[in-house]
Amino acid sequence: MQYVNKALKERLKSYRKRPVSLLLFLPVMISAAITMGILLLLTGYIIVKGIPNIKPDLFSWEYSTANVSLMPALINTVLMIAISLLISVPVGALSAVYLVEYAKSNSRLVRIIRITAETLSGIPSIVYGLFGMLFFVTTLGWGMSLLAGACTLSIMILPLIMRTAEEALKAVPASYREGSYGLGAGKLRTIFKIVLPSAMPGIIAGIILAIGRIVGESAALIYTAGTVAKIPEGKDFLLDSTRTLSVHMYALSSEGLYLNQAYATAVILLLTVLAINSLSAYLAKRLTKS
Amino acid sequence: MTKYKENIMKAVFFTAACTSVLAAALICLFLFINGVPAMAKIGVFDFLMGTSWKPNNIPAVYGIFPMILGSLYITAGAVVIGVPIGVLTAVFMTFYCPKWLYRIFKPAINLLAGIPSVVYGFFGLVIIVPFIRDCFGGTGSSMLTASILLGIMILPTIISVSEAALRAVPASFYEGGLALGASHERTIFYLMLPAAKSGIMTSIVLGTGRAIGETMAVIMVAGNQARMPDGLLKGVRTLTANIIIEMGYAAQLHREALIATAVVLFVFILIINLLLSLLKRRAD
Repeated sequence: MQYVNKALKERLKSYRKRPVSLLLFLPVMISAAITMGILLLLTGYIIVKGIPNIKPDLFSWEYSTANVSLMPALINTVLMIAISLLISVPVGALSAVYLVEYAKSNSRLVRIIRITAETLSGIPSIVYGLFGMLFFVTTLGWGMSLLAGACTLSIMILPLIMRTAEEALKAVPASYREGSYGLGAGKLRTIFKIVLPSAMPGIIAGIILAIGRIVGESAALIYTAGTVAKIPEGKDFLLDSTRTLSVHMYALSSEGLYLNQAYATAVILLLTVLAINSLSAYLAKRLTKS
Repeated sequence: MTKYKENIMKAVFFTAACTSVLAAALICLFLFINGVPAMAKIGVFDFLMGTSWKPNNIPAVYGIFPMILGSLYITAGAVVIGVPIGVLTAVFMTFYCPKWLYRIFKPAINLLAGIPSVVYGFFGLVIIVPFIRDCFGGTGSSMLTASILLGIMILPTIISVSEAALRAVPASFYEGGLALGASHERTIFYLMLPAAKSGIMTSIVLGTGRAIGETMAVIMVAGNQARMPDGLLKGVRTLTANIIIEMGYAAQLHREALIATAVVLFVFILIINLLLSLLKRRAD
């Protein structure tokens, strides 16, 4: 339903007779202007200050205090995303399959799973970080490492993946399943050949949102993955301490010595978020079309 | 054979579904096992209501009341700043925004939602902190600065949830209002907003949850002095900041006291979740 029916000029004219309406109209406009203004100020300031500071030095392979390279952090971020998704996407998608295809919708177990997933999605990232530190780093003895960070993050994004996958599976028409059964396929075959492929765009949209969260995360990583600015290598690379781009950015701005590089890192982070958002908007558009 | 495979896979699906329950149970278990004994050792009352936090003194004093107040004040400030702007922006997007502008506004709100909290913190550090310092004096790192920054950070949550709530109100309400002779504005403020009340409340509670749990942006602008908050322009420390600042070097009881701080934070979040589910039940 489209509520906008009058041109601005016409509307302003009608306020002459209705001062109360004008009084209500103004704060709405002002608020919208403030919201937009904040976004423009934030992105504008960072881009203007950051773009001139993006130099080839920032992308050199090894970090040193001379070049303050963000390359290791960038690669660590990609590694962190890959490992976290590798853990949480199968778990999240399969549990969504259980919730939609197997469980009775009002059984006690389903209710418990719903409640815990909701609780998990409300927990602040610092609490995840603390848990990761107590469990993966100390109790399991992994030390501050890529693996400990990725496991912490995969728990953090699990509710998001579960919820989006569940919605995607629910949106698959029942006639698809019936058609598959009608052709003699079993339940398992129907799930893997018919239901999951049709739900794939929705699941991928959830994965993209999860990538956004991982890229932006810092509080959960400082005490689980640590802050070493080096690309992990060798046989035990999973147990090396790493810093992602967001943690890198935090380290730079809290040290206060490398403000210019912090601006440049902020630009890279903003661009990443923009790319992720456009990708998910594109997917959403394709989803609603089909 | 197929039957066998079906059953095995069903068990696999079931196990996956239980993972989130297991994770939530583990988180509760580890936090409480590590945090509650410290609370008992310090004394629950001394810990929760103690007004000074001096882990380096001999004997050390662990009272997190200043941090509890800090978190509550900053969150309240963020709600006071973020909610009116957010709800009114949602009204704008639903009832005023022409289509061409909506195509810009919607992605803009999504961008605001996606910006990492360190970038917000950095923005606060280089823009809001100097601004407050120049306008009101002091160091600029203060309760007010943190409230403004958090108010900005909860905007996208409030806007998108409120907008969805407003769009869910049947259009016939709006038409009925106009038919009775009320203006566009009166119809919106006296009919549509009250009808979307529970959705808007949900957005506020979600925003509160985000504000109270925020860590990185807050420690970059709040000053972080561990003392009772006094005044809008003085620095404060929140529960989240307390954990992340001192965890790096804390040991023994100090470390456990920090975990106990997380337990308190966790309890706040549980209360917020409870509120959310109550709201949801009422909406159904």
